[in-house]
Amino acid sequence: MNASDDRSAAGREGLNRPLGETSDDRSAAGREGLNRPLGETSDDRSAAGREGPDRPRQAHRPIVEARGIHKHFGPLHVLRGVDLVVAERELVFVIGPSGSGKSTLLRCLNRLEEPSSGSVMVDGIDLLDRRTDLNAARQRIGMVFQSFNLYPHMTALGNVALALRKVQGKARAEAEARAMAALERVHLADRAGHYPGQLSGGQQQRVAIARAIALEPRVMLFDEPTSALDPELVGGVLQAMRELREGGMTMVVVSHEMGFARAAADRVVFMADGAVVEEGPPAQVFGAPREARTRAFLGQVERA
Amino acid sequence: MTFDDFLLAFFSLDILRQAWPILWMGLQQTLLLSAVVVPLGVLGGTVLALLSTVRHPLVRWPLMAWVDLFRAVPPLVLLVFVYAGLPFAGLEVSALGAVAIGFFLNTGAYYGEVLRAGIESVPRGQMEAARSTGLTRGQAMAWVILPQAVRNVLPDLISNTLEVVKLTSIASVVAMPELLFQARQAQSVTYNATPIMAAAVIYFLLLWPVVRLLSRLENRQIAGRR
Repeated sequence: MNASDDRSAAGREGLNRPLGETSDDRSAAGREGLNRPLGETSDDRSAAGREGPDRPRQAHRPIVEARGIHKHFGPLHVLRGVDLVVAERELVFVIGPSGSGKSTLLRCLNRLEEPSSGSVMVDGIDLLDRRTDLNAARQRIGMVFQSFNLYPHMTALGNVALALRKVQGKARAEAEARAMAALERVHLADRAGHYPGQLSGGQQQRVAIARAIALEPRVMLFDEPTSALDPELVGGVLQAMRELREGGMTMVVVSHEMGFARAAADRVVFMADGAVVEEGPPAQVFGAPREARTRAFLGQVERA
Repeated sequence: MTFDDFLLAFFSLDILRQAWPILWMGLQQTLLLSAVVVPLGVLGGTVLALLSTVRHPLVRWPLMAWVDLFRAVPPLVLLVFVYAGLPFAGLEVSALGAVAIGFFLNTGAYYGEVLRAGIESVPRGQMEAARSTGLTRGQAMAWVILPQAVRNVLPDLISNTLEVVKLTSIASVVAMPELLFQARQAQSVTYNATPIMAAAVIYFLLLWPVVRLLSRLENRQIAGRR
């Protein structure tokens, strides 16, 4: 954790704030700038000049701040200057046709994909800075994958406990106690001793969620978390996500679950061809989309 | 040749009794050799397999050349070269040293290919999931990828090990007193084929359980592929 200590000493925001002060920060958001020492983030941000007037929902401190992301895969230009700013406790839904770059964008947010250019700040940490301890940063960024990616040779408990032991250096007993608590949060404590192959897809995905939240991340990234599931198993995963949201988790979700987006999202971002086409509250994006491409996409999805 | 002559030439208990102490020493030497060269090969193979995950051309091309070279050169030729050829370059190597080097180069290349296939059989998402929780590349390899890789290619690893143990018999050409060498000694002294037959039977008894285990593993793996 030395690297992050260095960074908070460098005046970046939020690194040495203990967990649990989060909501205080939020309620104090209106006073932001008054009770903060000079040189802290609000200054940094206004200095960056990127806090556009068209982002009224960004009143709170952003947890995720991705700016001008470009990504090339060889000759393919899959992200063409994408901005994505996610405030604390916000649930942002990213939708769009396949190949629109939404998954790539998500994977740039924990640097599973390296952006060709742009900047990614998560919880005040510059992910693209060479000096950043990426492995320390990634503990703050939980990720859930379309294909679960549980470790098949470990039990559910072992899956959740691995990073607690090897990354956070906790003793086996403490790691397993925390892992069990995380499994309880997704209502799978009774499956702790099961191997992934003995669990349904929905249960596997909930274990994957537990694996991520056990590290107490500041933000959770979901990459099509229900796309690989049989329809009757989707509900349990969405329920786990709903409960996570009610607990105040900041979430970025790439998904086609439009019903869930309508009900739970604070903001919907519609992407096509590597760029953000339109974004806004779900009622607006779904109810009165401004862009023709958004309308076309939503029409196709609803017909399906 | 009468049947009695046949028995006398290949299955003489008398000869066996005489040759047994020599054969027993040979068996011990063979087991010792195996205990040295199998771990060496696995170690070399693990290093090669881990290097194979590095995509950098400065690693990739030399690695490919290395593996190709030592898989294409016959192990017997390699062994003789190390033992009898290197002294011409001023490098005297003991018989055991030559066997260790030769096997490290040859079987290491084979183990390396087996383990590489194992690593490649693990879906990419496993590494991504591990890295997303903050594990380093090395930790992810050690705790997530390699255990699955080894399990996926376990029959091939055992099969390769079987070959390596059998291949220790080539150490006889550099006068290592292993089982085949000792059997040849006993044969030339007794002027009888029984010691050679005995060596073959000992090899069989030693390795047959491994062969059986391998068959069972392979059958299970086929059954496992639904």
